[in-house]
Amino acid sequence: MFKRSHYIALGLVLVLTLVIINLPSRTTARMKLGIGSTFLPLFGLANATQDLAANSGDALLSRSDLVRQLDSLRRENQQLKLQVRESEEAARENARLRQLFGWQQRTRKKLKLANVVLRDPANWWRTVRIDLGSRHGVTNNLPVLTGDGFLVGRIDTVSHNSSQVVLIGDPHCKVAALIENDSRDTGVVGGAGPLEGSLVEMSKLSRNANIKSGQTVVTSGLGGIFPKDLLIGTVVDTHSVEYGLFSVARVKLAANLGALEEVWVLFPQ
Amino acid sequence: MNAFRTILILVAAFLAVFWASAFNLVRNLLGAQIDLLPALVVYASLCGGLTSVSLLAFAGGLWFDSLSANPLGVSVLPLFLIGLVIYVLRELILRDQVYAQLVLGLAASAAVPVLNLILLLTMGYEPLLGWGSLWQWIVMSLGGAVATPVVFIAFEWVHRAFIHDHAIESSFRPDREIRRGR
Repeated sequence: MFKRSHYIALGLVLVLTLVIINLPSRTTARMKLGIGSTFLPLFGLANATQDLAANSGDALLSRSDLVRQLDSLRRENQQLKLQVRESEEAARENARLRQLFGWQQRTRKKLKLANVVLRDPANWWRTVRIDLGSRHGVTNNLPVLTGDGFLVGRIDTVSHNSSQVVLIGDPHCKVAALIENDSRDTGVVGGAGPLEGSLVEMSKLSRNANIKSGQTVVTSGLGGIFPKDLLIGTVVDTHSVEYGLFSVARVKLAANLGALEEVWVLFPQ
Repeated sequence: MNAFRTILILVAAFLAVFWASAFNLVRNLLGAQIDLLPALVVYASLCGGLTSVSLLAFAGGLWFDSLSANPLGVSVLPLFLIGLVIYVLRELILRDQVYAQLVLGLAASAAVPVLNLILLLTMGYEPLLGWGSLWQWIVMSLGGAVATPVVFIAFEWVHRAFIHDHAIESSFRPDREIRRGR
């Protein structure tokens, strides 16, 4: 049934695959980015198509609607300006108090906006590709946030023009987190399952932890990748694991990972 | 003609990988993305040569892995193995029947992710697995099954648009013509 040519083809593909799989990780990462960059022209095409659809939708809006939107945006802008002034005053006061108590000054966040251009085609990973790369100063392990400041994940690999972001819930993205309750219980946030797009699991919680539904989960700052106090989500429920030694909390993510279009990359100051 | 078919298959594989990565309607609706590469492998195995199957598995697998968190090259072998099996058995398959295309598409789309995951787990990776993976597998298999006849129809349409059929040779031969005299 199998002819000589079949064996030759099988052997050839097998050898080539084994060679590629066993290449040093740096080389395969470069190859991956090189091959992935062949899709670059299509990124532009997809974005242009989406822009065209959005623009054609804009053209349908009437002038009175636009004027109404402009008015509401002006009002919102004035409110935000006021809030910025208040928060600047609070920040100055905070800095003065920190100086008074001899605490270390808090560094301000530096953010860069990126577009989500592609998602992982495989169902067993949760990654996206963004259009910021090493030429924009992106490096590995930088935190990625939504427009509202909710945690999305971290940068995993970086090419010249784009980067791969591992989303929270992927096996490669574990986040040291704490629950904002009286006992400030700490744990590790990881994936909850392949279909649970909006849920993650917080494990390694003490069995005596006083966790209630609705409590907020934020990054604890431990682990060195994610800074402290980035909002992850809220507790849904808890259950005991490992014969009652630990608790696991299911956390509803604040970020909607299924509808990511634009994200912020958080740079260290 | 074969070279044109191979090029066409490779272009389709490139677009299929891009589609799986850029368009998320199916993923958002059903919780799993459909992989079109197995459907293309079925087409290449039944209508193309061994070169087409090998090139499709190699290029398609590398393209897929380059946009995914998979280690590079891990998707090549499952695609090629499925393609080779269908290619070897293709004389026994009624390739023009939609039912046969559906069944082959279902089998290929079901087998490729399983082989992929076995390879990943063997290599020590920890992909996101759970009971929900079973649902994703069903969606991928059924989606691939439906896509396979569509791939056949699309390629047939492109072939008809770009390639002329071979002219049927006439049985008339001038040297065998009987010349009748008066």
